[in-house]
Amino acid sequence: MTTGLNEPANRVHEMPDFRPSARFWARLGYGAAAILFLAATGTLQGYELFLASSILSYAIAAMGLNVLMGYNGQISLGHGAFFAIGAYSAAICIDQFGMSFAFTPIVAGIVGMAAGWIIGKPALRLEGVYLALATFGLAIATPTILRSDLFAQWTGGVQGLFLLINPAPKWTGLDLDQSIYLTVVVYFLAFAYVTLRLVRGLNGYAWLATRDNPIAARAMGFDVTKAKTRAFVYSVLACSVGGALQAVAVQFVAPDSFPFFLSISLFTAVVVGGLCSPLLGPILGSAFIVLVPNVTEEVWQGGSWAVYGAVVILVMAIQPKGLAGMFDWLKFKVAGQSGS
Amino acid sequence: MLKTTIATVLGGLLASGAAMADNYDEGATDDEIKFGVIVPLSGPASAYGSVGHCFEGYFNAVNDKGGINGRKINVLVQDDGYNPAKTLEQARRLVEREGVLFLAGDLGTPTNSAIHRYMNQREVPQLFITTGASKWDDPENYPWTMPYLPSYAAEARIYAKHINEAIPDAKIGILYQNDDFGRDYKDAFIDQLEDKGMVVSEVSYDVTGATIDSQMSTLKDSGATVFFNIASPKFAAQAIRRAGEIGWDTTQFLVSVSNAKSAVLDPAGLENAEGIISTQYLKAPSDPAYANDPDVKAWHEFKANYFEKGSEGNWWDWACYSSAFTLEHVLNEAGDNLTRENIMAIAANLDGFEAPMLLPGISVNTSADDFSPIEAMSLMKFEDGNWTLFGDVIAVD
Repeated sequence: MTTGLNEPANRVHEMPDFRPSARFWARLGYGAAAILFLAATGTLQGYELFLASSILSYAIAAMGLNVLMGYNGQISLGHGAFFAIGAYSAAICIDQFGMSFAFTPIVAGIVGMAAGWIIGKPALRLEGVYLALATFGLAIATPTILRSDLFAQWTGGVQGLFLLINPAPKWTGLDLDQSIYLTVVVYFLAFAYVTLRLVRGLNGYAWLATRDNPIAARAMGFDVTKAKTRAFVYSVLACSVGGALQAVAVQFVAPDSFPFFLSISLFTAVVVGGLCSPLLGPILGSAFIVLVPNVTEEVWQGGSWAVYGAVVILVMAIQPKGLAGMFDWLKFKVAGQSGS
Repeated sequence: MLKTTIATVLGGLLASGAAMADNYDEGATDDEIKFGVIVPLSGPASAYGSVGHCFEGYFNAVNDKGGINGRKINVLVQDDGYNPAKTLEQARRLVEREGVLFLAGDLGTPTNSAIHRYMNQREVPQLFITTGASKWDDPENYPWTMPYLPSYAAEARIYAKHINEAIPDAKIGILYQNDDFGRDYKDAFIDQLEDKGMVVSEVSYDVTGATIDSQMSTLKDSGATVFFNIASPKFAAQAIRRAGEIGWDTTQFLVSVSNAKSAVLDPAGLENAEGIISTQYLKAPSDPAYANDPDVKAWHEFKANYFEKGSEGNWWDWACYSSAFTLEHVLNEAGDNLTRENIMAIAANLDGFEAPMLLPGISVNTSADDFSPIEAMSLMKFEDGNWTLFGDVIAVD
C-alpha cells in the first residue's frame, strides 16, 4: 500500500519531485485503500462490521500513540485513560444530551485534548521512563475514578452507561452496524490524512529531531518543548476519538471496559504494528490486538495469553520494526528491485 | 454482487423453510444443539472461569450418556477477560458467526450488562446467567434474559430483617466492595432497615487495593457493634482476620458469596470466624453434614470425572452444576421443538423443579412474569468450626 516513504531516510518527497511516478503510485494506492475501506460497508456484515469498526477505532488511537512513541520517542503506558475519557465523553453526550453518535467523537476529541493539555503540562517535564510511570499512574487510577460516586450522576458509576444509538436515516439504506462502521471509517480516513501530513511536514522533522538529539534540535531553532507537547496532545486527541468510536460500536461503557491492560494493549498495537510506520503499523497492530487473542484462545484455552505473549515476542524477535516492517520486507523481496 | 444477493435470498428461504419443517432455530439440528458460555478465563476475575469448564464438563457427561433426545450438545466456551467490550464481541461472534441457539451461564454483572440489549434485540436467550444483580429479573422489558442465582439484594434484605427483629439496638458498620456487587448488597440492606440511623459507618474498598486494614480501623473507631462484611472472598478473609487482630468484638454478617469455609474462613482463622452469620441456599460439598447427601456425592463424582478444574471451596463451582442440570432439564422438555421461543417458554415455566445442590425446601420456580428461579435462602451461623443452619427457609423476592 505505501511505498516505504515512511522511512525517515526516504522522506524527501516534499522537495521538488524528481521521481513523479513514485508519488503518483503512492497517491493512487492511498486512494484505492480509502475506497476499499468505504466499500467494505456494503460487503461485510454484522459481526465482521463490528470487528472492523473495533479495529479501526483502535487504529485511530494507535496512530496517535505512534506519533508520540515512534516519531517523538516518548513512552506512555497510560493512553488507555484517554481512550476512556473519549469513550465516556461520547457516552455522556448521547445519554444526557441525546446527541447523534456521529458527532460525539468531535466532543470527545475536545474534552480529551483539554485533559491531555492539563495532564501533559506537568507530565511532559518528565522524560523517558519517568513519563511512562506518570502515565502508568493515570491508567491505574482510571477505573477507580470512573467507579466513584463523585461523577456517578454522569458516568453511571459502577453500572456504566448504555448508549442508545440510532442507525442512519432510512433513505440511506444503512443498518445500524453499517452506519457505525461508515462513521468510523470517515474518522479513520481523516486521521490517516492528518497524521501523514503531520509526520511528513515540518512537524515530523521537529519530532524526529527532538527524539534523536534534543540539544541539536534546539540549536537548529526547533522549540523542543512545543514539539513534545504537540505530539502528546495529538496522541491524546487520537486516543479520545478512538475511544469514543469504540464506545459507539459497543454501545455500552463501564469502568471494567477500561482496565489498565487496555493501555498495554494500545502500547502493544503500536510496537507490534511497527514504530514509525504512520498508517500501516497502527492498522496491522490493531488487527493484531483484536484478532490474535481469539486465535490464541482456539490454540490453548485458558493459556491464551501465554500464547499471545509468545507471538508478541516472536514478532519482535523476527522484525523489530513490527508487522509493518515485515510487510515492507516482503514488498522489497517481491517488487523492491523493480524500483516501484 | 447480484449473484451473492440471489444466493443470500435463496439461502434465507431454504433456511426458513427448514426451520418451519422441524421447528429448529439456528444452532439446533437433528443431531446437535449448539450453545455458548462466556466467562473470564483470563484477567483479574479468571477464578470464575471454571463456570465455563463446568458447563462444558456437564454436557460432555450428558453426551457420553447419549445426549438429549438423541442430540449431542456442543458447548462453546469463550473468554471475555471480564471486559464488557470483549463480552459483546464474543457474544456477536457466537450468535452471528458460530450460530449458537442460545447463551447460558455467562458470568459477571458488567459483562452481562454489555450484551443485555443485544441479546434481547436479537431475541436470543441469555439463560441462567451466573450473576446476582437484581436487574436481571425483568421479563417485561428483557424477555430473553434470565438469571439463576438469587439476587444479592434479596439476600441483603434477609440480614436486615434479622437485625430488625433480633438486634434492634444495633450500631452497624458496613465494609463493601466498590462496585455493583457491593452496592447492590449495601443499598438493599439499608433500604430494609427499620431505622436507617442504625448504620454508623460505611467504608468501601477497591478490588485493586492490597489490604483493608485502614478500613477496618475506621469501622472499629465508629463504635459499631454489628459488622456487615460485603467483600469478595479474599478481602472477606482479610476483614475477618483483621477484626480479630484489632480486637473488634461484634456480631458479624457475611455475604454468601464469601462464606466458603476452605476459601475464606480457614485463611481468616477459625477462632476469628466463630459466631459469624450468613445465608445459604446451596449444599456446600465440603460440609461434613452433607457427606452422604446424594447430590453432593454426585457432584464429587462429576468433579472427579468431568470437572477437574472445579473446587470444593468455590460456591460458583456448585452453583453452575445446579444451573447446568436445570438447563439439561429445559432442553429435555423442549423435545424436538428447539426454537429460541420455546426454550424461553419452558425456562419460564418451572414449577417446583428440584435442582441438585439446593437446600431442602428450596426449589426452582419461574413463571412468565417471574424470571427469578431461586427465591429462598436459609440463615446460618458458624459454630464450633462448622456452619449450622438456623430458623426456617426464608422466602424472598
